Amino acid sequence: MEALDIARWQFGITTVYHFFFVPVTIGLIFLVAILQTCWHRTGDERYLRLTRFFGKLFLINFAMGIVTGIVQEFQFGMNWSDYSRFVGDVFGAPLAIEGLLAFFMESTFLGLWIFGWDRLKPSLHLATIWIAAIGTVLSAYFILAANSFMQNPVGFAFNAETGRAELTDFVAVMTNPVVLATFPHTIFACFMVGGALVAGVSLWRMMRHPGEDGVDGDGDGDAFRISFRLGAVFLLVAGLGTMISGDFQGKVMTEVQPMKMAAAEGLYEDEAPAAFSALTVGTLDGSEPVLEIKVPHLLSYLGTGTWDGEIRGINSLQAEYEELYGPGDYAPNIPVTYWTFRAMITAGGLSMALAAWMLWATRGGRTPSRRTFTGRWMLRWAVVLPFLPLAANSFGWIFTEMGRQPWLVFGLLPTSAGVSPSVSAGTVLMSLIGFTALYGVLAVIEIKLLLRTIRQGLPAADPPRPEPDRDPDAPLAFAY
Amino acid sequence: MELTTIWFVLIAVLWTGYLVLEGFDFGVGMLMRLLARDENERRVLLNTIGPVWDGNEVWLIVAGGATFAAFPEWYATLFSAYYVPLFVILVALIVRAVGFEYRHKRPEAQWKRRWDAAIVFGSVVPALLWGVALAGIVHGIPLDADHDFVGSLADLVTPYALLGGLVTLTVFLTHGAFFVALKTVGDIRHRARALGLRWGAVAAVLTLAFVAWTAGRDGDLAVWIAAGVAVATFLAGLAAAGAGREGWAFTGTAFAIAAVAAMLFLALFPDVMPSTLATGTLTTTTAASTPYTLEIMTWVAAAFTPIVIGYQAWSYWVFRRRIGVHHIPS
Ligand code: HDD
Ligand code: HEM
Ligand code: HEM
Repeated sequence: MEALDIARWQFGITTVYHFFFVPVTIGLIFLVAILQTCWHRTGDERYLRLTRFFGKLFLINFAMGIVTGIVQEFQFGMNWSDYSRFVGDVFGAPLAIEGLLAFFMESTFLGLWIFGWDRLKPSLHLATIWIAAIGTVLSAYFILAANSFMQNPVGFAFNAETGRAELTDFVAVMTNPVVLATFPHTIFACFMVGGALVAGVSLWRMMRHPGEDGVDGDGDGDAFRISFRLGAVFLLVAGLGTMISGDFQGKVMTEVQPMKMAAAEGLYEDEAPAAFSALTVGTLDGSEPVLEIKVPHLLSYLGTGTWDGEIRGINSLQAEYEELYGPGDYAPNIPVTYWTFRAMITAGGLSMALAAWMLWATRGGRTPSRRTFTGRWMLRWAVVLPFLPLAANSFGWIFTEMGRQPWLVFGLLPTSAGVSPSVSAGTVLMSLIGFTALYGVLAVIEIKLLLRTIRQGLPAADPPRPEPDRDPDAPLAFAY
Repeated sequence: MELTTIWFVLIAVLWTGYLVLEGFDFGVGMLMRLLARDENERRVLLNTIGPVWDGNEVWLIVAGGATFAAFPEWYATLFSAYYVPLFVILVALIVRAVGFEYRHKRPEAQWKRRWDAAIVFGSVVPALLWGVALAGIVHGIPLDADHDFVGSLADLVTPYALLGGLVTLTVFLTHGAFFVALKTVGDIRHRARALGLRWGAVAAVLTLAFVAWTAGRDGDLAVWIAAGVAVATFLAGLAAAGAGREGWAFTGTAFAIAAVAAMLFLALFPDVMPSTLATGTLTTTTAASTPYTLEIMTWVAAAFTPIVIGYQAWSYWVFRRRIGVHHIPS
C-alpha cells in the first residue's frame, strides 16, 4: 500500500470513530437538558435522578468525543498537507471559527455544568447545559460547512499563480446549498441516536427492574418509563425530520454531484422516469443482475422532485467528465455507495419501527413481562436499538465521503493530489496502527463503563444546595 | 499594521494563552506522582483543574485552526514536518484527557493507578515536546523549494530544541505547583509551594541558558528585552513563593511563560518556518491567506475573542474557592 491508501484508511477510521461519539453527544446533551428543565419546572425528583443518570452516560461519551476530535483537527496538516495548502484559504476559516465560537463554549459551559451543581443558582446552572448544547450544534454547522465545500465548492476562485482555491464570498460558503441540506439531516440523525439511546436504556431498566410492585425491582421503573417515552418520541420525531431533510438532500446531491446519485443507484444509463432500486443481487458492474427489486418512478422523485424527471447514469457522466477533466475514472466505488446508502435508510427506518412498536407495547402503563414471547424480544431489541441509528450515521458518512471519490474537493482536487508529500508510507502506517490500537482499547473501556453505569441504575437524589447557604467546608457536590 | 502581521501576533497570542493555561494543568498532571501522597490528595489535585482543563485545551485547537485559516502553508508544512512528535503528543493528550474523566468512575485501586500513570505520561510528554517543537521551529528545519520537510527526526531534535523542551517541562511543573498552592488549603498547599521552589530553581537555570542562547543567536533588541522579562518575572515569581505570596508566585510564572513565548515569536518574525537550507523558508507573507480571508477572520476574532475571554474568566471566578482533602466526598 502507498502512503495515499494508508492515509485514506487512517482518515476514514479516525473520522468514523470520532463520529460514533459525536451523535451521542449531540443527541444526549439535548435530552439531558430537557430532563433537567423538567426537574427545574416541576421539582419532581425523578427528573433530577434521570438528569444525573443520563448526564453520567453523556460525560463518559463526551470525553471520547473530545479526544478523537483533536486528532481530526491535526490530521489535515499531518496527512493531507497539499490538500491543506490548496483549500486553506477557504476551508480554514470555518474550522477556526468553529473552535472560537463553538468549542470554547462547549468546553467552558460543560465544565461549569459538571462542577457547578453547588456553585451556581439552579436557573443559571440549567442555562449552562443549554448553552453547551447550543455549542454542539454550532460546531456541527461550521464543520459541515467546511465539509460541504469539499462536496460542492462555492464562493471561491482558483488562482493559477498560487495554485490554490481562494475565498471570494464567505457568505456563499456558509450558505452552500449542500450545508443547508446536510446540517438538518445530520442534526436530526444525531437526535435519533440520542433518542434511541435513552429509549433503549430506559426500556431495559424498566423491564429488568420494573419497580415496587414488580418482581425484582428497585423502584426506579416508573422514572425510566418517563425517559423511555421521551426518548422514543424524540427518536420518532427526529426520524421524520431525518427523512424529510434526506429527501431534500437527495435533490441537492443530484444537482451538484450527479455521479454520486448514479453510483448510489448503480445506474449506468440515463433514465427518465427512473426507478429506485431497492435491492440488487448480482455484481453491480452494469451487467444484468441476478435479481433486482425496483420501485418505478421513485428515483425520479427522490432526485428531482417530479415523478418523471431524468436521472443521469454513470456512463454518460463518465464521458462528460473525461471531456471536462481529462482521461480517468470518475466513478466512485459502486458497491460501497450502493449498499451504504441502503444500509443508512434501512437501519434508521428499523429503529423508528422498533420505537413505534415499543411505545405501543408499553402504552397505558403496561410493561410486558420478560417471561412472555413479546417481552423477551423487546428486551433484546432494546439493546440493539441505540446501535441502529448510530450505524446509520456511519453508513451515511461513508456514503457521502466515498461517493465524492475520486475527488477530495469535487471537480478541483483529486484525492491523490492532497496527501502529504514529505510523509512516508511507513510513518503513516505507524500512526494508523497506533491510533487504531489505542482507539480499540478505549472503545472497550468506554463500553464497559457505560454498561456499568447503566447497571447501577438511578443515583440517589439529594437536591444540590447552592451557595451561600452551604457550609464552606462541606464536601463538593461533584468531584473527580 | 499589515493584516499578515496582525495574524502572526494573534497566533502568537493563542499559543501563549495555550502555554500559560494548559501549562499549569500539565504541571498539576505531573504532580499526581511527585506531590500527592494518597488518594484524597490526588483527587484534590484533579479537582483544582477539573472544571477548566478542557477549556484550556481548546486554546490549542483554536491556535491550530487559526494557523490553518490565516497561514495555510505554515499549517501544512509545520504539521507534516512534525508528524512524529505530533502523533506522540496526540496519543499523550488522548490518554490524559480520558484519564481525567474516567479515573473516578471506578473504585478499584489498580484502575486508578493505571489512569494516574496515563495522566502523568500525558502531562510530561506534551510539556516536553511542545518546547522541543517551538524551539525547533525558531531554530529552523530543512525544507525544500516546495516547503516540504526533507530532514529526519534528528533535524527536529537539535540540542537547542531539546533545551527548549526541558525549559517548558520544568517551568510548567513549577507553574503547576504554584497553581496548586494557590488553589488548595492544608498540608498539600505548603508542600506544593516548597516543591515549586525546588523545581523552580532548576527551571530558572535552564530558562536563563535558553533565553540567552535564543537572544544571542538572534541579536534583536526586542528579543533581548523579552528574554530579560522572562527571567525577571520568573525570579520574581520564585521570590513571591518564598515569601508565601501564592497569587503573585503564579502570576510570575504565568508572565514568564508568556515572555518566553513572546521571545520565540519575536525571534521567528517575519519568518514562520525558517529553513536551514537555501530554499523553502516561509514568511508571514508567503504563507498567508488572501487579504479577504484575513479580513473576515479579523472581524470574527475581534467580535468573539473578548466574549470567550469573558466567560472563561467567569468560570475561573465561579471556581475560585480553595479546596482541601475535607472537600472530597467519599
Ligand atoms: C456533525 C458534527 C461534527 C462533525 C462532522 C465533526 N465533529 Fe468534531 N465534534 C463535534 C461535532 C462534529 C462535537 C459535537 O462538537 C464534539 C463531539 C463531542 C465533543 O466533545 O464535541 C466534537 C469534538 C471535536 C473536537 C474537540 C473539541 C473540544 O476539545 O472541546 C475537535 C478538535 C473536533 N471535534 C474537530 C473536528 C474535525 C476537524 C472534524 C472533521 C473531520 C470533525 N470534528 C467532525
Ligand atoms: C468537515 C468534516 C470532514 C472533512 C473535512 C472530511 C474530509 C475528508 C478527507 C480529507 C478524507 C481523505 C481523503 C479521502 O480518501 O477521501 C476523507 C475521507 C473520509 N471521510 Fe471525511 N471528512 C469530514 C467528515 C467526515 C465525517 C464526519 C465522517 C464520518 C464519520 C467522514 C468519513 C470519511 C470516510 C469514511 C473517508 C474515507 C473515504 C475514502 O478514503 O474513500 N468524513 N474525508
Ligand atoms: C429516507 C431516509 C433517508 C434519506 C432519503 C437520506 C438521504 C441522504 C443522502 C442523499 C445523503 C448524501 C448526501 C450527500 O452526499 O450529498 C445522506 C447522508 C447522510 N445520512 Fe441520510 N438519508 C436518510 C436516512 C438517514 C438516517 C435514518 C440517518 C441516521 C440516523 C442518516 C444519516 C446520514 C448521515 C450522517 C449522512 C452523512 C452526512 C450528510 O451528508 O448529511 N440518514 N442521506
